[in-house]
Amino acid sequence: MTVRQMADRLGLAVWVDEDLDRQVEGAYVADLLSDVIAHAPAGAVWVTLQTHANVAAVAALKELSAVVIVNGRRPEAEMLQRAREHKLNILGASEPAFEVAAKLYLAGLRQGK
Amino acid sequence: MRLWRADLHVHTCLSPCAELSMGPRTILAQAAARGLDLIGITDHNSAENVPAVVRAAESSAVKVLPGMEVTSREEVHLLGLFDRIEAVLAFQELVYRHLHGSNRPELFGLQVVVNEEHEVLGFNPRLLAGATELAVEEVASGIHRFGGLVVAAHADREAFGVLGHLGFLPPGLAVDALELTGDTAEEQLRRRWPDLSLLAVVCGSDAHAPGQIGAAFTEFATETISVVELRKALRGEDGRRVIRCRRARESV
Repeated sequence: MTVRQMADRLGLAVWVDEDLDRQVEGAYVADLLSDVIAHAPAGAVWVTLQTHANVAAVAALKELSAVVIVNGRRPEAEMLQRAREHKLNILGASEPAFEVAAKLYLAGLRQGK
Repeated sequence: MRLWRADLHVHTCLSPCAELSMGPRTILAQAAARGLDLIGITDHNSAENVPAVVRAAESSAVKVLPGMEVTSREEVHLLGLFDRIEAVLAFQELVYRHLHGSNRPELFGLQVVVNEEHEVLGFNPRLLAGATELAVEEVASGIHRFGGLVVAAHADREAFGVLGHLGFLPPGLAVDALELTGDTAEEQLRRRWPDLSLLAVVCGSDAHAPGQIGAAFTEFATETISVVELRKALRGEDGRRVIRCRRARESV
């Protein structure tokens, strides 16, 4: 599915929509950026509660299709700005990571390569 | 006993996400303009610009403490502040041994190594924005082993802060002070985490741009500037004291 379809399906808020037609090729849940750098598959949607500017840099680095910020948390202004610069997709969920991940799994997403 | 106004948490153009204008003389000029007597140079996971700032400070009234801001494996930031360049560079060897990955300048910045005239000597190729493999206790004991002071950086911030990432101050973590940078007043911090008890609090700017230098500072009363003197001040020993800690947003 595309990022747009995922956002619609899960009722996600859209913070940055630079490339919503991008395919979501997997999923990864982590709050340590070093872990995402080491393990997140390219094209994955990254589910995290982190809201700071480095999230955008890491999402760009790993060529992730989208970032979903959970717990209704608000991305920091600098993160949104960097996300626009790097043409990323930043979405938001009011639910915690476990529920978001469960919904993504039920929607057919698997971790990816 | 003298009164020193210090900002112990200042980055140079070496740090990822720092402005390229953060060269030695710019930093020192800003520090002087802000009435600072002392700054700590604390780049992410590296101290390669410390020698340049220390050399530039020879013709400045501002004193410089060699330092580093290390990212632990838990992505907690700790500041190490040392007396001598040799100590921070030796500590750097330990950090480099446990830091992997290569920089991506378009994402994290150029990581410029400069001399005291802000001339480019090179670009640090390491992923300084990354985390070391060192547990936070190992970072702290490493800093102490090389004779440095350990400060839990921006402990009032959730991101990369010891309290934000670990939820509490681990009993085995030997920290000399917690640093406040902005919104949280010391009373609020101590109320939220009662087991901080006697741990000292300092204020620092975490400046990544010239205008941020001295936005937060700590005033110490000590005889001279040294790690030993500052540690006494943090513990309130021998008449040395922390007089005052000023955050970036005093009105909050």
